[in-house]
Amino acid sequence: MKLTHALLASTAMTVAAASAHADDHMAMDMTLVSWGGAYQESQRKAYAEPYKAMHPDLEVVWDESSNEAVAKLRAMDEAGNITWDVVDVVASDAMRLCDEGLAMEIDHDDLLKPAPDGTEASDDFGDLIVSDCFIPQIVYSTTFGYRTDMVPEGTEPPSEVCDVWDLETYPGKRSLEKRPINNMEWALYCDGVAKDEIYDVLATPEGQQRALDKLDEIKDDVVWWSAGADTPQLLADGEVFMGSTYNGRLFSVIEEQDQPVGMMWDMQVFDLDGWIIPEGLSDERLARAKDFVRFATDTQRLADQAKYISYGPARQSSAPKVGEHAELGIDMGPHMPTDPANAENTLLYNYEFWADYRDDIDAKFQAWLAQ
Amino acid sequence: MSKLKSTGQQTADAPTPEDAFHEAATYEDREKGKAPGEKSAGPVLAADGTPLKRSLRRALRVQKMRALMLIAPLLIFVLVTFIAPIADMLFRSVENQIVSNTLPNTVEKLEGWDASQEGAPGEEVFESLYSDLFLASEAKEHTRLGTRLNYEQTGLSSLFRSTGRDVDDIGEDQIDALEDFNEVWEEEGFWFNLMSGGQGAEKDTALVEEQRRRLAALTGDDYDAEIGFAPGAAISDLLPRTARAYTAFALFTVVDDEDVVAEEEPWEAVKVALIRELRAGVDLSGYDGPGAAELRATQDMVADLKPIEFKPAFLASDEDWGTNDIWTTIQMYSPPFTSGYFLNAVDMEKTPQGPEARPETQQIYLMLFERTLFMSLVITGSCILLGYPVAWLLANLPMRTANLLMILVLLPFWTSLLVRTSAWKVMLQQQGVINDVMVWLGIVDDASRLVMINNQFGTIVAMTHILLPFMILPMYSVMQTIPPSYVRAARSLGATNWTSFWRVYFPQSVPGIGAGSILVFILSIGYYITPEIVGGTTGTFISNRIAYHISSSLNWGLAAALGSILLVVVLVLYWAYDKIVGIDNVKLG
Repeated sequence: MKLTHALLASTAMTVAAASAHADDHMAMDMTLVSWGGAYQESQRKAYAEPYKAMHPDLEVVWDESSNEAVAKLRAMDEAGNITWDVVDVVASDAMRLCDEGLAMEIDHDDLLKPAPDGTEASDDFGDLIVSDCFIPQIVYSTTFGYRTDMVPEGTEPPSEVCDVWDLETYPGKRSLEKRPINNMEWALYCDGVAKDEIYDVLATPEGQQRALDKLDEIKDDVVWWSAGADTPQLLADGEVFMGSTYNGRLFSVIEEQDQPVGMMWDMQVFDLDGWIIPEGLSDERLARAKDFVRFATDTQRLADQAKYISYGPARQSSAPKVGEHAELGIDMGPHMPTDPANAENTLLYNYEFWADYRDDIDAKFQAWLAQ
Repeated sequence: MSKLKSTGQQTADAPTPEDAFHEAATYEDREKGKAPGEKSAGPVLAADGTPLKRSLRRALRVQKMRALMLIAPLLIFVLVTFIAPIADMLFRSVENQIVSNTLPNTVEKLEGWDASQEGAPGEEVFESLYSDLFLASEAKEHTRLGTRLNYEQTGLSSLFRSTGRDVDDIGEDQIDALEDFNEVWEEEGFWFNLMSGGQGAEKDTALVEEQRRRLAALTGDDYDAEIGFAPGAAISDLLPRTARAYTAFALFTVVDDEDVVAEEEPWEAVKVALIRELRAGVDLSGYDGPGAAELRATQDMVADLKPIEFKPAFLASDEDWGTNDIWTTIQMYSPPFTSGYFLNAVDMEKTPQGPEARPETQQIYLMLFERTLFMSLVITGSCILLGYPVAWLLANLPMRTANLLMILVLLPFWTSLLVRTSAWKVMLQQQGVINDVMVWLGIVDDASRLVMINNQFGTIVAMTHILLPFMILPMYSVMQTIPPSYVRAARSLGATNWTSFWRVYFPQSVPGIGAGSILVFILSIGYYITPEIVGGTTGTFISNRIAYHISSSLNWGLAAALGSILLVVVLVLYWAYDKIVGIDNVKLG
């Protein structure tokens, strides 16, 4: 009896030791969640494909659900079955997921690789680590593009965000996102509020009304968008004169699709996008998720992504490594939102403010829209 | 079957046990109806001697069970995958347990607080808030509560987040003094011995069970695991709050952190509770369990410390804790069920003085409900107008042509909804096909192209097109059953074309219109994708707000309340339709 036990135990231990030794005590499949389109494609080429080359047996599944990642993760958590391993979300969603206990808190220095010169990850990413659960990946911005062929003859093309409100000089439709974030800030700025006072003003009911009153001036000429692809399409069709969207989308319209569209970098609003790892993964899947994130956020990999899309890498050490576009062969540096020439006048998305005021201001904004 | 009046007169179906049952019942009724003087034959017996009525009833029951078993798979499927999730979702519209689960002691203390007085409640409430919030922030549940309460009061989200970070600094100086005085207060083993009362001591297992329930309610997880710790009865009597805090710490250490209790230093909250209880002058003279000497020595020391004050500490973390609004909100939303979501859903809000209408700048939902109903009616109406002639053609053309036409009706039905909606965008936009053609024809000026999309018109056009097959198909199948000879007979009797149609044909096609209208109306009331894409700001439905609250704002309670109202409205309309038109008059074929 004893002998059998001992034998069984030793066999079990050998098996355990063998499997621990094999490179993969990690799960052999992984579900990555992203936004679809050109952005997901850039991640696939820059991160997933090289990673898969290192782990040929790994099966990578993509899910294009980042848009509703928070709602879906909450539903998965309630059902007790998390099917995602690494999820790409904007920073504000990462904060919400962290608040709800749906994303895992991580130690950035422990999980992520240091920069080539040895700088710790937390210093390399710096202030961009806006939440304990958030692993920054890119800096993107929301800014305006305009149809170059619709600029009235004899006038300068629009160059400032307040030109959006100037219907006399630049007649035509505008497209704005169907939510208060960014629009309220631009409205107050163009109503004469100093940049560093915008959020103080916006915190008061009078300030909110002031922003809505300013938006009222152009309300009849606005097409409201809800998907990132809308403004590029509206610009390409000539439906609108100018419109706000993500800078990468505008890059694609201007450089890849060769449309007569110009870029306005003034008062672009910086925002962050990055990875989170959901709370509640099994040990194997967690090990795989961590391994992938560690690989995908090193200095070179982040710089590689900029070959495919014009979003700025979140690491300081990646910036000098940004090269040329993989297909067009143009230098990507000047197309980055963080390029000094583009970043003369910018605003940073205020995560704390919007976490608090989002529900309240959104209710007012939607009521104003519906009037 | 229930309408069966006398003996089984069904002709089409074979007799069933139920028929026999009715037959037996009528037979017995006849027996009972006999004059009192007549001799009764007694109950009719079956072949095996049991009364016929009973044996028939049994046979009937077996048959019903069999029928039920046949539909059971579908029934269970529908219950599990459809009814249960919907019920669960709708239940969220009133559920509000998160406040009392996260802050149980605070909620209890707050019950007696009068919200109409100035400022915040007193020190006592803040002390409970400290112990509740400490545990909640260890379990990372405080931010969830902040998100929940932020729907009602702007600012609570960051208030809970930032205070959750500061809460373990409260009483920092006193804890340092305690640990400086005697370093045993930093020793895991000493604490474990003190709190467990040593081996063989009498244990207070009730406290463990209480804390298990508390943590399970807080996190929604299971805390039934064996933790290898129970507080000693003596220490639990002497220092009840410290014992409670330590027990919570022990459960949390084992279940969440997967560590051993005796190897972990207790939380700040445990030490704060100890300092407060010792300062309160607890009588240690009768205590001779582990750590008795240290406790006595420490009691003398802490008497000289500055008292731990919770209210100033919370106000130092964020002065908003001192405002009346915050506490009014917490008190108002502390019951486990709330009417708040439903009030929000009809543009009202909860106030200490009872429900009140929201300020006009925030009213939106009633208007959206009205718009949804109005536009659904318009869409149903235009579907009838467009669909009726098509259905008539389909029913009256020769078979070959009718089939071809039928394919044309069904073709868009097989195309993706998104594609059809996007196609309308291309058609209707200002630089779109229709406007281009009209400018080319000179009907409109190039500078004043028509706005046909991103408004109500766009939504109505696109949705009429998308829902048209749901109108045409039921109308067609009803019209097919109308014999053409009726109209011919009317004509031969001298009726005009119009009279023969309006007086003879149309009344017979009404059941098809009814069926199509119900389908189209109910489908359009819940439509969401098409209004989102082509509706702009004036053509969106209530369902777009529901979707927003489900996937963006995460206010599922409000979404559930809006959904419940929509469901009730549909059911009421259905009921009214049944009363006015009669659901029996609806035919799908």
